[in-house]
Amino acid sequence: MSGLSTPSVIPFPRLRLWLLAVPVLLLIAYLVLMDNGAISQTGAYLHELMHDGRHLLGVPCH
Amino acid sequence: MVRTLLVRGLLLGLLAGLIAGGFAFAYGEPRVDSAIALEEAHAAREAPGHHHGEEELVGRPGQKAGLFLATGLYGLAVGGVFALVYAGLRGRVGPRSEGGLALAAAGTAFVAVILVPFVKYPANPPAVGDPDTIGSRTLLYVVTILVGLAATAIAVATARRVTAGPWARWVAAVAAFLVPVVAAWTLLPTVNEVPDGFPATLLWQFRLASLGTQLVFWTAFGVLFGWVSDRAARRAAAVPATAALPV
Repeated sequence: MSGLSTPSVIPFPRLRLWLLAVPVLLLIAYLVLMDNGAISQTGAYLHELMHDGRHLLGVPCH
Repeated sequence: MVRTLLVRGLLLGLLAGLIAGGFAFAYGEPRVDSAIALEEAHAAREAPGHHHGEEELVGRPGQKAGLFLATGLYGLAVGGVFALVYAGLRGRVGPRSEGGLALAAAGTAFVAVILVPFVKYPANPPAVGDPDTIGSRTLLYVVTILVGLAATAIAVATARRVTAGPWARWVAAVAAFLVPVVAAWTLLPTVNEVPDGFPATLLWQFRLASLGTQLVFWTAFGVLFGWVSDRAARRAAAVPATAALPV
């Protein structure tokens, strides 16, 4: 039960290196949700492939 | 420790994204199809004889498969970010139990990142929205997400300063959240690009399906992440005790 009531605190210095993953993950989210060719350089292809997902996840599509 | 959490967030995010994709496929796709049919009927009336079916980059079946790709990758990315935030919050902010913190954080994320933008800039089906304004609308959408996140940080910081008991703390937190959010809803420009004559029922059903997709994602993700984390914590707590037992 002690493991449930007192979760171990992760010191911030141990977390810092992992934060480098955040820009990569945000780039994935951007490509899926918002890119219209500016970064992916695929023209409208990514937009068309992710089209239904963008509409139904609620982000502005077109 | 952090790596375990990150992998957990990525995988469960992918899984929750696919579950949300299933919901969107069942309840959202019929509305997307109806909106596209309306759009095409309108285009055919405007320019009879003109067909643009052949020059499509991705056909409708491809886009329906792309739905699962989009929700899955969305879940993966969001789940990974969530796990790193969770790693920073754990033991510092929010409920002390793993499951409790996962559910509280997922619920808060849904309100801050989904509901706050949705109230101001609700989801729109195909045939609604001017392609020329996509840049500014995307920017406004991102601004409302940032407002939701900033308001959450303000609410948490405020609640931690209040020592007068749980009721006062909750009232202070909700007020500190709502003030910047309502101010942003009021001050940011309104966008209404719904064409005249677009069926109100279809718009409502689409928006409900869209909000439902996000609700399914965040519920599934919060429950899965909390359940797996609780189980891992219970196992970690049980191992030394069992090892110490004389055989």
